[in-house]
Amino acid sequence: MSDAALASRPQVRRGHANRLQEYGVYAAVAALVLFNLVFIPNFMSLGNFRTQLVQVAPIVIVALGMALVIGTEGIDLSVGAVMALAAALIPLYLGYGLVPALAMALTAGLVAGVCNGLLVAYVGIQPIIATLALLVGGRGLALVMAHGQLVDIHNPALLNLGSGDLLGVPISVVIAAVPAALTGLLIRRTALGRRIVAIGGNRSASALSGLPVRRVLVTVYAICGLFAALAGVLATARLGAGDPADTGILMELSAITAVVVGGTPLSGGRVRVAGTVAGALLMQLVYATLIKHNLPDSSAQMVQAAIIVVAVYVSRERSGR
Amino acid sequence: MSTSTTPTGFHESTPVPGPGSREAAHRRLVAGLLQRQGAALVFLAVMAVAWIVFPGFGTTGNLRTLALQSSFLAVIALGMTLVIISGGIDLSVGSVYALGGVLAAYGSRWGFFGALLLPLAVCGLIGLVNGLLVARTAMAPFIATLATLLFARGLLLAITGEGATTYKIDNDQVFLEIGRGVLFGVGYPVYITLALFVAGGVLLRRTRFGQALFATGGSESSAVLMGLPVARTKIMVYVLSGLLAGFSGAMTAAYLQSGVTVIGVGTELDAIAAVVIGGTLLTGGAGTVIGTLFGVLLRNVIQNIINQIGTLDGNFQSVVSGAFLLVVVVVQRTLSRGRR
Repeated sequence: MSDAALASRPQVRRGHANRLQEYGVYAAVAALVLFNLVFIPNFMSLGNFRTQLVQVAPIVIVALGMALVIGTEGIDLSVGAVMALAAALIPLYLGYGLVPALAMALTAGLVAGVCNGLLVAYVGIQPIIATLALLVGGRGLALVMAHGQLVDIHNPALLNLGSGDLLGVPISVVIAAVPAALTGLLIRRTALGRRIVAIGGNRSASALSGLPVRRVLVTVYAICGLFAALAGVLATARLGAGDPADTGILMELSAITAVVVGGTPLSGGRVRVAGTVAGALLMQLVYATLIKHNLPDSSAQMVQAAIIVVAVYVSRERSGR
Repeated sequence: MSTSTTPTGFHESTPVPGPGSREAAHRRLVAGLLQRQGAALVFLAVMAVAWIVFPGFGTTGNLRTLALQSSFLAVIALGMTLVIISGGIDLSVGSVYALGGVLAAYGSRWGFFGALLLPLAVCGLIGLVNGLLVARTAMAPFIATLATLLFARGLLLAITGEGATTYKIDNDQVFLEIGRGVLFGVGYPVYITLALFVAGGVLLRRTRFGQALFATGGSESSAVLMGLPVARTKIMVYVLSGLLAGFSGAMTAAYLQSGVTVIGVGTELDAIAAVVIGGTLLTGGAGTVIGTLFGVLLRNVIQNIINQIGTLDGNFQSVVSGAFLLVVVVVQRTLSRGRR
């Protein structure tokens, strides 16, 4: 399941530090699970296990898209706002049925992502600023569409997405597994995946060797937008209401954290899909563990900060700036 | 941050007036004017239009409020300008701002200096951690300051009993004057902000530190080769950013007479937007503090105008802000292409 160190940085890494860098996040997840098994009764009860997975599902989906964007040496700050847009659109179109509502929400995410991609690839605006504009404007737009209100949802099919089961597994977890598998395949088995990594590794060299750099960038941001909208749909279904004010708030930070803790460097040129999933799981487990030990929210946040610093310190680029 | 893919054609606009020919300098000035002073020009235009169209806009009361409201964000954005010129970014300022306010209210039990020095000490320390992480461990500024964003928010929650306690500042405290005092009809925060911006401008343009800062942001490896104290400069910049954000928080606490725990979420993005609108490039190595001041003013004037219209949904504020930011960066980008 480990991600191959992909081609653009071909030097083979050896030694303890590098093994820590490669497998540290999995080891941390395993250690945390073991710790909890021993010290918290009922930790592995089915109910708790399900709750953790359902909570982490939207973060995983967003983080996967974010990992692709970060792989191209970019960043997408707009994911939370795109989730809010999805949350605002679903109740608006639910009257036409579930499928049109989902289609509208996902299309909005796709369009938002394409806009980001065009700004980054064709206009040449830095990713952080291009997507910041949508972060600021997107949630406002979502609130305007929903008249600033929370809208209850009564469509049983949609609610089922948030709380239903498929063969005993929560549907939202099943849904999150699909983008995870697809992203893994995309990176390891397709030309697009190779190109993403190549562009992140060295954009000008990629352009000189004839890769369609701009098209790839637009595609990557479009995928990220689409995934964010999907996460917005799941969050809405789980809440049972379209809530553009709170859906996806600070999601960009959670997603970036998951990606970085999972070992994908911010400098691009490498995408670790399984690492990203593990990164999201790790942050969720840390939080759950601290809460179960009756540590307050404040300590949980400070511990998370420390984990980010340690994870990035371990995995930082030694040759980088 | 991705500096590699962006042209660095702006380094000639660093403050050293080169010995180039007169016409060349003149052309550069005109071409750079829109890029660097664009925010000021747009600000004046928007002000003029608003003055004429909305009778409530030009009133002394409204302008006073506008200036006062702008000063809190402006102080944060000043620090952000320095950080961005160094080629970095500071995401922690929103949390540090809120933390500064809470600490000021908490420290006010020890009088004026308690209220002032406690937030400055803690926030400066957080800035120091940012600086050390960025300069000494070569961690990406985005991630290092993201971690301190979480940390500062956690610390704030820890001090306030998970956000349940709001510390008040007693009525008789001199410290309140920092936020509430009025001189010639204008609030003290406005004067303080202007003084800080003058100091910031002098620091950038007239000191060794400022020169090292521009050089570091322009090309870090060249700055290292020239023997400039790059690491020290970077650390200093993050400390200043932390201090300014903390001070702005203290000023806000004095104005509100309490340490409000829920403020500052997303403020870092407002500050970044203001800096970018003000013409400072995210790639580092170029920028002005006066542009940032106009960036902040412009943002608040636009919000003010939307309030004046009244019939518009308040949420349009952020839609307009986002669209405006987009227009500004696209125009900047086009101009910078033309200048290459």
